[in-house]
Amino acid sequence: MTSEPKHITLKAQDLSVGYFSKKKEISISKHINFSFSEGELIGLVGANGIGKSTLLRTLAGMQPKLSGNILVKEKPLQAYSTLELANQISVVLTEPPASKNLTVLELISLGRQPYTSWMGTLSEKDKVAVNKALQATETQELAHRKCFELSDGQMQRVAIARALAQDTPIIILDEPTTHLDLYHRAYILKLLKKLASENKKTILFSTHEIDLAIQLSNKMMVMTDKANYFDTPCNLIEAGHFDALFPKDTIHFDKTTGRFSIKK
Amino acid sequence: MQTVQTYRAYFIVLCFSLFAVFLLNISLGSVSIPLDEVIKGFFGGNASKETWNYIIIDYRLPKAITAILAGGGLAVSGLLMQTLFRNPLAGPFVLGLSSGASLGVALLILGAGAFGGFLGTALVSEWSLVIASALGSFLVLLAVLMVTFRVKDTMAILIIGLMFGSVTAAVVAVLSYFSNAEKLQQYIFWSFGSLGNQSWEGILLLSCCTILGILIAFVSSKSLNGLLLGENYAKSMGLHIKRTTLLIILATSILAGSITAFAGPIAFVGLAVPHITRQFFKTSNHLVLIPAVLVCGSVLMLLCDTIAQLPFSEYTLPINAITSLVGAPVVIWLLVRKRKLLF
Repeated sequence: MTSEPKHITLKAQDLSVGYFSKKKEISISKHINFSFSEGELIGLVGANGIGKSTLLRTLAGMQPKLSGNILVKEKPLQAYSTLELANQISVVLTEPPASKNLTVLELISLGRQPYTSWMGTLSEKDKVAVNKALQATETQELAHRKCFELSDGQMQRVAIARALAQDTPIIILDEPTTHLDLYHRAYILKLLKKLASENKKTILFSTHEIDLAIQLSNKMMVMTDKANYFDTPCNLIEAGHFDALFPKDTIHFDKTTGRFSIKK
Repeated sequence: MQTVQTYRAYFIVLCFSLFAVFLLNISLGSVSIPLDEVIKGFFGGNASKETWNYIIIDYRLPKAITAILAGGGLAVSGLLMQTLFRNPLAGPFVLGLSSGASLGVALLILGAGAFGGFLGTALVSEWSLVIASALGSFLVLLAVLMVTFRVKDTMAILIIGLMFGSVTAAVVAVLSYFSNAEKLQQYIFWSFGSLGNQSWEGILLLSCCTILGILIAFVSSKSLNGLLLGENYAKSMGLHIKRTTLLIILATSILAGSITAFAGPIAFVGLAVPHITRQFFKTSNHLVLIPAVLVCGSVLMLLCDTIAQLPFSEYTLPINAITSLVGAPVVIWLLVRKRKLLF
């Protein structure tokens, strides 16, 4: 029952990420291998400080990799100019927009920056893309509100709408479900799932909602301090990799329910 | 994004009030000239009194033009700094440019005493003040640019600007301690700021600098809009952060540097005007905000100057004090009313 081989959009080969500090490499995570295809929702899980954000920032071109290869549509990441990369990858970061005085519509329209002229005015095509983004995230009613008036859940939908308006084949989200209640966590992840399958996008998100991610992701990436695993959630459960996420004396992973439970 | 068209009515009102305040500014002063005479004086005809003609063309018109250039330029550079540092309290002088100018002038006036005698007086002419303050702010600009290349964090640039300010204030204090009362008075008078006494050559040079600075700002408006989301987002949308930061700092320096060189340090216009403008123009699009802030700044400056002339009296108050007296309450009022200051 395997489908046709899909287009690979983002690929990493023996990638190692981290920081440069005083000319010294400080490696946070090594030997990362994966290949993401279009239409896939990929959940990235791991303990705090394991390097999820560093990996996402490296993939989005915000900081240099230490070694290995990142291929965006079979072309090395570093071969892209800032603008070319903006046509391939859009991001949703944990940081809120710097100016809360923007209206929702203004914020989402900014996602069209890679396509607009030097003046930044929107063409008809840009307006269509902005409207589509508003519809997909159900944020039409918020369009003329200012960002400081929004709740966390609404703000997250708007941030996703901005990334959608940027109209890139790859979207990278850093912990899109933090600060949200259970309903909004499920809502956001379902929205991502729908966007990935309907719009043939590759969506990579990091999260601490491991049980939700297992239910919704096509593939998952598990980062531990020993190794990094990339597979479908079922295979990862079978292989027992989720158990390696956290120290076993406090919580353990229940294979049958797909949840973590606290050891009493 | 809302466009200029959305705010056409606002712009018409603004431009009309600019014209009205401009005429008012020229008409009022120690000698008050009736409005119709002012208009007559402009359009070829001669005002009924020869002295009025002289006052309008040689004294009040250059001062009004300087006010328009200084007010508009400082307000735009304030807007640029607030967006670049994403800080509602930023103004044109956070980079330490006016401190640099003060240092230049202080060294010239207070330091000239050290040369003594003839050389000392020859050094302190009108143009040498302009050159000294331009040189001072240019040196600070160079230092800031060097820092920009080395430091990744824009907030670090902000702090370094403030440190430059402290250092120059200290140097000025040391210089004042060793100089005589006369020199000290001359320096303090410069620090009061002055829009008047400009030669037409000076005004031409000032307009060139202001127009250049505003053009750079206007061309960067798309990047400025992108920066409203923060550097990381802006970069993910294809913006070259370093290049943009450099351009914005350059524009601010040209504006604030040249205005300070000619008119002395003028406080609060750069900080307050962008906030006042945002009350009327409910947009964050710099394509709209830059021209709006420009005109608002000019109007406010002309108003402040009209007050400073103390109509019907022979006294003229220091313009720097008036802009603070008008600007600070406005910012406090905005804060109290809206309970937060957004940019």
